[in-house]
Amino acid sequence: MSTQADTHTDNAAYYIPEPSRWPIIAVFGMFMLFFGLVLSINKMSLAGSLIMVTGFAVLAHLMHGWFGAVIDENLSGKYNGQVDRSFRQGMFWFITSEAAFFVTFFGCLFYLRNITLPWLGGDGQLATSNILWEGFQYNWPLLNLPDADTTKYVPAKEAMGPWGLPLLNTIILLSSGVTLTWAHWGLKKGNNTQLVRGLIMTITLGTIFFFVQGYEYWHAHHAMDLTLNSGVYGSTFYMLTGFHGLHVTIGTIMLIVIAVRSARHHFTEHNHFAFEAVAWYWHFVDVVWIALFIFVYWL
Amino acid sequence: MSVATTHDHHHDHHGPPRGWQRWVYSTNHKDIGTMYLFFALFMLFFGGAMAMYIRAELFMPGVQLASPDFYNNMVTDHALVMVFGMVMPAAAGMANWMIPMMIGAPDMALPRLNNLSFWLLPAAAILLMLSIVAPYIFPDGGTPVNTGWTLLPPLSVQNGIGMDFTIFAIHTLGVSSILASINIVTTILNMRAPGMTMMKMPLFVWAWFFTALLLIAVMPVLAGAVTMLLFDRHFGTSFFDAAGGGDPILFQHLFWFFGHPEVYVLLLPSIGVLGLVIPTFARKPLFGYKALVYGMGVLAALGMVVWAHHQYTIGMSLVATNYFMIGTILISIPVGLMLMNFIFTMWRGSMTFETPMLFGIAIILMFSFAGVTGVMLAVVPADMQYHDTMFVVAHFHYALIPGAVFGLYAGVFYWLPKWTGHMYNERLGQIFFWWTTISFNLTFFPQHFSGLAGMPRRIVDYSIQYTEFNMISSIGGFLFGLSHLLFLFIIIQTIRGGAKAPAKPWEGSQIGTPGLEWTLPSPPPFHSFTEAPVIK
Repeated sequence: MSTQADTHTDNAAYYIPEPSRWPIIAVFGMFMLFFGLVLSINKMSLAGSLIMVTGFAVLAHLMHGWFGAVIDENLSGKYNGQVDRSFRQGMFWFITSEAAFFVTFFGCLFYLRNITLPWLGGDGQLATSNILWEGFQYNWPLLNLPDADTTKYVPAKEAMGPWGLPLLNTIILLSSGVTLTWAHWGLKKGNNTQLVRGLIMTITLGTIFFFVQGYEYWHAHHAMDLTLNSGVYGSTFYMLTGFHGLHVTIGTIMLIVIAVRSARHHFTEHNHFAFEAVAWYWHFVDVVWIALFIFVYWL
Repeated sequence: MSVATTHDHHHDHHGPPRGWQRWVYSTNHKDIGTMYLFFALFMLFFGGAMAMYIRAELFMPGVQLASPDFYNNMVTDHALVMVFGMVMPAAAGMANWMIPMMIGAPDMALPRLNNLSFWLLPAAAILLMLSIVAPYIFPDGGTPVNTGWTLLPPLSVQNGIGMDFTIFAIHTLGVSSILASINIVTTILNMRAPGMTMMKMPLFVWAWFFTALLLIAVMPVLAGAVTMLLFDRHFGTSFFDAAGGGDPILFQHLFWFFGHPEVYVLLLPSIGVLGLVIPTFARKPLFGYKALVYGMGVLAALGMVVWAHHQYTIGMSLVATNYFMIGTILISIPVGLMLMNFIFTMWRGSMTFETPMLFGIAIILMFSFAGVTGVMLAVVPADMQYHDTMFVVAHFHYALIPGAVFGLYAGVFYWLPKWTGHMYNERLGQIFFWWTTISFNLTFFPQHFSGLAGMPRRIVDYSIQYTEFNMISSIGGFLFGLSHLLFLFIIIQTIRGGAKAPAKPWEGSQIGTPGLEWTLPSPPPFHSFTEAPVIK
């Protein structure tokens, strides 16, 4: 099965995949997902949800089919070193674009905290506060809204501190990075048992993180009144931690796939791009969490 | 057809598969490039029709044809269609066609992803068209998308269902651009034939390298911004509402952090085409190839840190406005360098003036004009007067039509012989050139004056003293629109027949840093290189 594996004959013959039906299926899935989403958030929830769920199902089928096709091609030895490098570079640039996505939300947080809110609180030359809501005192986390009389938003009762569950989650996620690296060492040594065990530990930690985060959200909603609706503190909090949580979820699913593949001995010491891609992704999610912990929970 | 042939089409790499599957399932960079180009051509007419409506409406003062909301909807979608549906796909189509052949690669690095990048575009186009009709076909459809392409809150938060379709159209376009960019960067870094070093690449490849890097960096920012907009509209967040501690200005920063680099995304591929066309028809190597490469890098980098010159009037601190003013004026250094290099390339060359070259020279002249008005707009106290007037409209149409669209026309005429195997009709090409150039100037030159006199942009009606300028502008606009029927005719004619094009249709194309596309016959075989060519 892994006969191809370790031949890195560059450019000996170029590899071009056959025409494929997967991309157009992806387009259909994505279109239905988006179309359904628009309907369901515009009071057409039944039709919208049905279309959306179909879109999801199409996308799930697609992921299975497309990645399955790539795995089959890899295992049957069609790929050479150049294809491997293309995959690696593609994944690198994909993660770069993901980083830019998170940088956007962090940029918003910094802008709001350092420019918008201080100005609303009376800083700056333009006397914004006198024109809008006089007497607004700016504090972060924002527990008093600039417009004290608004009924549109309900401020949170207290702020989310860093030292309880968030610290625990930090430890969990950082440990998952360690166990993943340990799995990688196993892979490099050719020790498949260590690889699978390391992956299972990583998946477990990722899942625990997911549930702790879920509990934290539940607590924030019910005990602290911290919701999307509590002004920019709630908005930025959920936007940043929510997209991070989404990435943890996707990362965990990817790790499960990799664990199954590892158990089936798909990887060798020199041919395990899929493992590395998922590891990069997981470490990226780790790094984002550290930034989150510092800037969203702590400072 | 024998059984063997049908069998072949699955297992043999030499010919294209037949029927619709060839296009829908394609993993071939030329087929995908062709689809990109036809899609762009379709959207050119779609966005052009909106422009015709706008000029018809502005022919006379008063509200003539439709409601003000519809007018503003057309202004919005004209921009979105032309930027995302026409210029970017056309440039991406050229990248698809040319980059693998130029650098001696068999195809793009990730051919299936390439197919996905293209087919997302029709899906996005459908979402965008839905955004236009949605207010009328859905109950409680709300107001149409009447914000302008910047989608600024709070207006965009108040728009109807059409805005949601626009947001997801932008998401789809964003995914498409990011995937295409990842593919292009990977192709350039990983698929070059042995001996094709980075500094031997044709300038077009370099231009797309920087374009793709820019897209990877800024497209996610737009995606993030419209996501926040969606949440503000439907999920109770207050990112852009000061009552909850947010800031509508924040959206402007996010939008222009994407939007300004986007200008260079539109511009750079055309600069890349110029870097091939000018040396070819001047029969001299490109003057200062290295300087041009570094200049494009500097342009891309500077382009990412000057965004707020679109927002001088928002009340930034004096330090910030000064920084953005100086940064913006600095951009004229790399741009000036490029234009100078092209002029020095022509200096004492033995020039001939085929259609691509005519467009090349027109770009240098008219894009410089946009550069000059750009410096005017970059100066804060002056911009306070010009802001949101027709002067700005004139400026960016001078930047984007000569800067981006004429570059694409030059590319089309330059490469049509290679793509189709036929020479285009040179006489018709030249007529098309003079027709577009003159009518373009007739359309947009008067807008400088009406703008300086105070006519605001994005408003359906105007004060009576601007009537003459607007009439001239509208007549020019109709002529400009009409000229594209000739463009369409030339393209169809060239595809259907004409003089056979040799492998090297342009005498001067081998001078300087030629790509490997000229080593292939015209039209090139379905698979360009089955094994790596060797570059001396």
